Amino acid sequence: MKNLLILGATSGISQAYLNRVADRCEKIVLVARSAEKLQQLGEHVSTLSKASVTTLVFDLADAKEHEKLMSKVTETMGAIDCALVSYGELTDQARCASDPAYAMEQFNLNGTSTVSLSLHLSNQLVKQGSGTLAVIGSVAGDRGRRSNYCYGAAKSAVESFLAGLRSDMQKHRVHVLTIKPGFVDTPMTSSFKKGALWASADKVAADIDIAITKKKSVLYTPWFWRYIMLIIKCIPEFIFKKLPL
Amino acid sequence: MSGLLSCNMNDSWGNVCQPRQVQSTLNWRTDVLPAADKKLVVGNRRSYGDVCINDGGAIIDATGLNRFISFDKATGLVRCEAGVTLWQVAKLVVPHGWFLPVTPGTGFVTVAGAVANDVHGKNHHVAGSFGCFVKKFQLRRSNGDELLCSESENADFFAATIGGLGLTGFIGWVELALKPIEQSKMAVESVSYSTYEEFLALSGESEKTHEYCVSWIDCLDKSGRGVFFRGNHADEGGLDADLDTSKRSVPAVVGAGFPLVNRLSVNLFNAAYIRAHSGNRQYTETIAKFFYPLDSLLNWNRIYGRKGFYQFQCVVPQENTEILTEAFARISAANQGSFLSVLKTMGTITSPALLSFCRPGVTLAIDFPNRGNKTRQLLLALEELVMQAGGAIYPAKDATMSAATFEKSFPKLAEYTQFVDPAFTSSFWQRVNT
Repeated sequence: MKNLLILGATSGISQAYLNRVADRCEKIVLVARSAEKLQQLGEHVSTLSKASVTTLVFDLADAKEHEKLMSKVTETMGAIDCALVSYGELTDQARCASDPAYAMEQFNLNGTSTVSLSLHLSNQLVKQGSGTLAVIGSVAGDRGRRSNYCYGAAKSAVESFLAGLRSDMQKHRVHVLTIKPGFVDTPMTSSFKKGALWASADKVAADIDIAITKKKSVLYTPWFWRYIMLIIKCIPEFIFKKLPL
Repeated sequence: MSGLLSCNMNDSWGNVCQPRQVQSTLNWRTDVLPAADKKLVVGNRRSYGDVCINDGGAIIDATGLNRFISFDKATGLVRCEAGVTLWQVAKLVVPHGWFLPVTPGTGFVTVAGAVANDVHGKNHHVAGSFGCFVKKFQLRRSNGDELLCSESENADFFAATIGGLGLTGFIGWVELALKPIEQSKMAVESVSYSTYEEFLALSGESEKTHEYCVSWIDCLDKSGRGVFFRGNHADEGGLDADLDTSKRSVPAVVGAGFPLVNRLSVNLFNAAYIRAHSGNRQYTETIAKFFYPLDSLLNWNRIYGRKGFYQFQCVVPQENTEILTEAFARISAANQGSFLSVLKTMGTITSPALLSFCRPGVTLAIDFPNRGNKTRQLLLALEELVMQAGGAIYPAKDATMSAATFEKSFPKLAEYTQFVDPAFTSSFWQRVNT
């Protein structure tokens, strides 16, 4: 992987992934909303790696800007070998009920805008006839649960979209990876009490690194979530609706 | 069940404090320091006792500040955020022919933690402590001041913050002078000895020829048998970062249960260890294996079970080291102690720190499984011995020393206290600042 593009570069998982792969890259483009954080991250990645590092300040939730972003990106790095889409926010489910506008804004951030961005990226990869599009979904996308179904629904939309895109991209030799992390200890989840099911961002980044290299389709990380979610998906609805999950 | 499943991320490495503290995190250099009036910023919490604990106050985790700011490959100056670990530094700089000028026995400590505890390593006799290599840092005070500290700028805060136990404010970033190396492998020699006098003789002779010296000692053996390790950077082998150790981990279930450390297991381990290192052996090994042997077993502190363990580390002046023989006798008689007991001589090079633990003499470090009152009484007896000998106890390892002992151990304490940030405190500080 020579040219790496990270969208949502200041997220905990993105940073852990960069720590792992930065010194294998030649060109790195980091995109995020906060100029301040991006500058701090840019210095770090430039120190770690001999790659040329470019930072672009963009609000990725704004799909109207995606075209402009893509032209900036291709102008900066030429071909994209790997694009990691790793931005989003954990939706406050309780707030959604009383504030539908907030729910829609969150759905756009975690769902619709990612679909738009994935389309722009896959079009570019088709043009190149190569490359990887890796998108962070969530185990929450596997089944709507009462504790976070607004977040889960957005991730679910992204994952259905990616499943189709992956199949569509077969003929273009473009690799599409859906990443489904479980509980990850990052700033996004800093207010949660951590337990045995929690993984570090570094562990998740290591799994992502392997999945991208091996051109996997769907990655559950850590691995045991595949089985936890399998059980959750198998529970009949008449029982499931009564479970406090 | 929830006790078994949830990890105690809250406590220090010894797991004896079990604090109640309000947790928050710092993830970016531009994040605002929480306004709490009793706060403490901590890194990876590898201190054993309560210097990284703030019972009843706010604990601010700065491990998210783990980015480098710059690294000059020509001059070996590295600048990084507070929460960067020594492992991270080593991985970055070794392939370019640089290494940490001083490193303790684990690479999981953060750079700011190493500054705040003025840590030392196997090369203390020739290099001094970590603080000797700190060129500059940013100190953020609770009143909003951001001080650049170095030997020439805010030199008073510089001296108070190195070894200052994190109480003078929050160390935002650190600039460190690295040490050039030609090769990344270590040429090591192990020599077994059977008495404490032999250890002293070996130390004296090895310190002239070897940059790194340390010794493992059988704490249950009254005569003082042990194994002396001495090493230099090797003459060949290239600059290989080869810093990936196997990452096995002691499962959480062990940490929630009974200690695996008892008289029988310690005796068996010590006998096997002596046998494995009998005579004199020479070999080369990686930096990771030589400096951080325990880092390949993650969460090794869990072998001490639910109740955790105490560590005791003291330094006593060279002329009074007979007190250590007495200490071994007490430990053996009390049937305490563990696998890991370390003995090393310290040299005369001092850092700018007002509160540095490091001083010329012999330092001894021993783990004790927490057996409640019995263990605390032994620690008290050892503390008294150290005070009689005019020595000092290491705050980074300590959970029990008295205010009087702390004051006697650190003659510049009154000067230091003026620089303590009024909104910062720790369980350690509440205990010793009376």
